[in-house]
Amino acid sequence: MDKTILDIWVGLFVAIGIAALMGLAMRVGNLTSNTLGETYTITANYENIGGLKPRAPVKSSGVVVGRIDKIQFDTQAYQAVVTLKIDKRYPFPKDTFANIYTSGLLGEQYISLEAGGDDHFLKEGDRVSKTQDAVVLEKLISQFLYSKASEESKK
Amino acid sequence: MAQKNIVEIKNLSFGYGNFMLHKDISMVFPRGKVTAIMGGSGCGKTTILRLIGGQIKPKAGQVTVDGKIVHKQDRQGIYELRRKMGMLFQHGALFTDLSVFDNVAFPMREHTKLPESMIRDLVLMKLNAVGLRGAHKLMPTELSGGMARRVALARAIALDPDIIMYDEPFAGLDPISMAVICDLIRTLNDALGATSIIVTHDVEEAFSFADYIYFVADGSVAAEGTPKELSKSKLPFVHQFVHGEKDGPVPFHHNAPSYKKDIYEWV
Amino acid sequence: MNPIFKILSNIGNQVTSRIWRLGSATRLFCLTLIYSSESFRRIHLTIREIYFTGVMSLIIIVVSAFFVGMVLGLQGYYTLQKYGSSESIGVLVALALLRELGPVVTALLFAGRAGTAITAEIGLMKATEQLSAMEMMAISPIARIISPRFWAGVISMPILASIFSMVGVMGGYLVAVPIIGVDHGAFWSQMNVNVDFRIDVINGLIKSFVFGVACTIIALYEGYDAPPTAEGVSRATTRTVVTSSLTVLGLDFILTSFMMSN
Ligand SMILES: Nc1ncnc2c1ncn2[C@@H]1O[C@H](COP(=O)(O)OP(=O)(O)O)[C@@H](O)[C@H]1O
Ligand SMILES: [Mg+2]
Repeated sequence: MDKTILDIWVGLFVAIGIAALMGLAMRVGNLTSNTLGETYTITANYENIGGLKPRAPVKSSGVVVGRIDKIQFDTQAYQAVVTLKIDKRYPFPKDTFANIYTSGLLGEQYISLEAGGDDHFLKEGDRVSKTQDAVVLEKLISQFLYSKASEESKK
Repeated sequence: MAQKNIVEIKNLSFGYGNFMLHKDISMVFPRGKVTAIMGGSGCGKTTILRLIGGQIKPKAGQVTVDGKIVHKQDRQGIYELRRKMGMLFQHGALFTDLSVFDNVAFPMREHTKLPESMIRDLVLMKLNAVGLRGAHKLMPTELSGGMARRVALARAIALDPDIIMYDEPFAGLDPISMAVICDLIRTLNDALGATSIIVTHDVEEAFSFADYIYFVADGSVAAEGTPKELSKSKLPFVHQFVHGEKDGPVPFHHNAPSYKKDIYEWV
Repeated sequence: MNPIFKILSNIGNQVTSRIWRLGSATRLFCLTLIYSSESFRRIHLTIREIYFTGVMSLIIIVVSAFFVGMVLGLQGYYTLQKYGSSESIGVLVALALLRELGPVVTALLFAGRAGTAITAEIGLMKATEQLSAMEMMAISPIARIISPRFWAGVISMPILASIFSMVGVMGGYLVAVPIIGVDHGAFWSQMNVNVDFRIDVINGLIKSFVFGVACTIIALYEGYDAPPTAEGVSRATTRTVVTSSLTVLGLDFILTSFMMSN
């Protein structure tokens, strides 16, 4: 077979491969949306994080503003310490709420930041004090049953 | 010239596994001569060529090529020795994915930095020598057995080797091709000043042009001499071989228990 | 002999011969790596082999990927619609392809299409003394024949696997969006949010690279080691498919458990 034709085919093959990989990275994967620019790190403590995982999104008003970097356990306070990486473009006031929510009924869990009114902004290494734990389905159900039961007994 | 004998085999023993194929063989191949190794099929003739080429190591004894002990060479050394050799394989062993031209050009392209124009000239010259310049565009599958062997011969002499080894160059050829090859071997030997080692079981051809002949049987050299000496030889083995008798010192039957025993006591 | 002894010696024989083969395959692998510089210095040798292993496998890869993607789309839809989340169909298709089916099915098809061709070619070259002839010309067959084919396989496999995954996702899209009627935007955005470039795409690539090394070296070894007869070569070809497939599945389990654990 002619050498140049062979070269052209192989070149085409490699080009298609790279195009496929780019497609996988951009269209299928989240390489673009994933790349936070420069970030700052804050922490938040929770009694219960439910099923929160590292790399889960941090959203504010539904927009992804950062990602969860790591989750540790504080043996002094017996609490979960979650480290968040937030994009530098999005400063948040000191009294921001960091709540753990679930997308949909059984979807993945994420942290939602709800800005407060403080004049000072969170800086690198700060801790968010206002947090709300993950909703644990079993607790919810038992609360529901309990309240039902007490209603019944009142009747 | 350093040594009179470019290849020497001394007390060589070799075998596959526990079976000894060669027991204490000694041979010398003088420079510029055509030496033939003859023997029945499967007596280890090809293996001797492979030992000379350093593809396998002897169990005992040694092969020297150009004064160097083959099996003591490292990879580099063996490759250097092999560059002095050309080998014509029994079935040609042409590279089936390359054309006739590229096959002959192959060793030149691999071992020299000659410009393509010069390689072209050299290849055509070699192909011309075997009478196949017109076939340079063909693929090996398009060649007849005799043509393929001639192309392989052109490839074997591509780098003008000092030693040319031929493995059964006449097997399976029609009489005309055989005469052509026969002629070529002699001319190449004289024109290139090379040393030829020919493995064959073709008595007539070997006797017609070899300078010296070794007979191998039972793993050792059964007889040796010039064709003239050998044709007069009274050795029963040589007699049997030269005259093509069916039974004699070389038995027709493979080693077996007695026929009667086999028939009656087969389990 | 006692039948128990017979069985035992049979087992022992099998085990030692397997280990022996593994050892000599490893040796060939090391030699191939040592002689690699040759196949990069003379890149056209490798390019030629990429044509025969990679380009020639494209059609079977693309067609299979398309159908696998469509089937995943259908199956995913039937399951997901019960839970009212048929928009997640894109996520399911993409994750299944990127993490498992892309690398694994590509490797299995590669073993059947390119691996057998490599084994048969090398086996026949050996049977017709072409390798011997090369050695007698003071040219290493490992440098000239084995190494370029090895690198061609190793380069082709991740490319083929990427193409497989991408075409598979397109097949899934075709079933989900125009045929079933899942929302176009939801299909892509769900996929985009849930597929992680590092975890899913890169790990899939790593897998297919490892499979590429394994499949190619198995095919080369089987050919190089084949008895130089017609029967020997045909058996070696069969062994290439069996050994490659089992190796790929085994390696996939090991790699997956490593990747999941961190
Ligand atoms: N690689 C090998 N392994 C085991 N036995 C071999 C091998 N090569 C050749 N033999 C055996 O060695 C013997 C001699 O082979 P060979 O040298 O080809 O004979 P010849 O060329 O004289 O016909 C044969 O019986 C053959 O079966
Ligand atoms: Mg022979």
